[in-house]
Amino acid sequence: MSLELELFIQQVFNGLTIGAYLGLIALGYTMVYGIIELINFAHGDLFAFGFFISLTIFTALGIPRPLEGFNLIVVLPLIFVVTMLLSGGLNVLIDRVAYKPLRNAPRLAPLITAVGMSFALEALFAIWQGPSQINYPRYFPQIDILRDWMGLEPQLLFITTKDLFLFGVTIPLMVGLTLFVDRTKLGKAMRAAAQDREAASMVGINVDRIIATTFFVGGALAGAAGLVWGLYINSGRFLMGFEAGLMAFTAAVLGGIGNIRGAVLGAFIIGLLKAMGDQYIGGAWSRIIIFAVLILLLVFRPSGILGSTQSIEKV
Amino acid sequence: MTTNGVKRMLELENVHSYYGNIHALQGISLYVNEGEIVTLIGANGAGKSTTIRTISGIMHPREGTIMFDGQPIHDIPAHDLVGQGIAQSPEGRRIFPRLTVRDNLEMGAYKRSDAAGIKEDLEMVFTLFPRLKERRMQMGGTLSGGEQQMLAIGRALMARPRLLLLDEPSMGLAPVLVELIFETVQRINQTGTTILLVEQNALMALEVAKRGYVLQTGTVVLQDDAAALMKNEMVRKVYLGET
Repeated sequence: MSLELELFIQQVFNGLTIGAYLGLIALGYTMVYGIIELINFAHGDLFAFGFFISLTIFTALGIPRPLEGFNLIVVLPLIFVVTMLLSGGLNVLIDRVAYKPLRNAPRLAPLITAVGMSFALEALFAIWQGPSQINYPRYFPQIDILRDWMGLEPQLLFITTKDLFLFGVTIPLMVGLTLFVDRTKLGKAMRAAAQDREAASMVGINVDRIIATTFFVGGALAGAAGLVWGLYINSGRFLMGFEAGLMAFTAAVLGGIGNIRGAVLGAFIIGLLKAMGDQYIGGAWSRIIIFAVLILLLVFRPSGILGSTQSIEKV
Repeated sequence: MTTNGVKRMLELENVHSYYGNIHALQGISLYVNEGEIVTLIGANGAGKSTTIRTISGIMHPREGTIMFDGQPIHDIPAHDLVGQGIAQSPEGRRIFPRLTVRDNLEMGAYKRSDAAGIKEDLEMVFTLFPRLKERRMQMGGTLSGGEQQMLAIGRALMARPRLLLLDEPSMGLAPVLVELIFETVQRINQTGTTILLVEQNALMALEVAKRGYVLQTGTVVLQDDAAALMKNEMVRKVYLGET
């Protein structure tokens, strides 16, 4: 295989890894928008929260690294569950405190509140964890799959157990969420409430509870993404939710805000754009490309790829 | 509350409702006995839909009481009233456009957990409206107006209500469909469901109803047996379009 081809394949792969964690964040944006038509700008910070809180748990438990045996099979999934519960809970709390009192206010009010909430969370993270880059220890074992397991000898291509872990967590979560929203009674109630809140209450759906559930699920997914990021990238800081949030938001808009499959699709497209931009145009240009996409989209097709052009598809 | 073996199911007393500062219901009093079809007729803006919305808990009265089965319900939120036996097919149908017909009906039974009973009622709705059965995998929003009306009524029935609130079920439908809807309303009533029916089509409404109330600018101006209302000169002139 030529070096150029390997490089290209590696970038496709990198793009997919970025898309995988962005997708988890984008889902929260799109679900919340679908149900209360709010772009929750504080959503990206839940991702940072997942990063910090899971790191705090790892540290508090004094878990040795790399993870193996019992720690890998039992403790790690438990840390996932706790991180997701806490992130989901925090998101519900944010809604209760900041957005719920404004449910019937003009749309701009909760939007500005969301920006303020984002600043507040970032400031709290800076106080809690300090303003500098934080090292997230390399808990997850990193084994070179192609060389050590498969005996191949590529010149450049590098795929490890950490990549397996990233996809092994994010893909099932995305598929699981889609099935949950498509098939379960609660998922259908979420879609019903997104389509017509008043009609939903007429059939007996407690819309406030459904909205809280939506914030919970969105927060839990963003928290899971933060934990995945920590174990995968091994570094982050208090503002990490801001940029990830902007990219995930762009992904959600690209796919069609309010559309669940669209959010995942948009995330993978953004991930690929970023990876290709980093490699072939230069890292400094990647953001410019991504946000140029956002601007072009908002001008020419605000309903996104999978959103209908007539009315925006919700949840 | 039982008098002469007739059980009073719903009773509104001096109910006042507002949209912001607009005084939409100005002291409505009415009752519905178990097993009846009662109709509210009146012009646009008379407060018919507001009455329905106030009964079902979408709006809450600022003054007055609403009793259901002898219990006050005027402070109970809409989603809890469904479990107590009140369901509605709202004005404008308000079906879920991007859920399938089947899922729309399933949402109607949201408060129930008796899987066997839900399945039974689904079959019952499909028997009442065979068109819905044919289109059960279609998105609600792709149905015609008449089919959406059937779906809205079917969805309300899926709650297995004791009191069914029907708001303008004939609105925008072709005459042949209006006939079908009213026939179905009677059949639903014959199976033991009490019905409060709001209609602009006063003639059809009075034909199926046992009693009726005439609303004007948020108050009841006339109430009587449906047969008597049909003979009433004012009703004939204003609501049945006779000259």
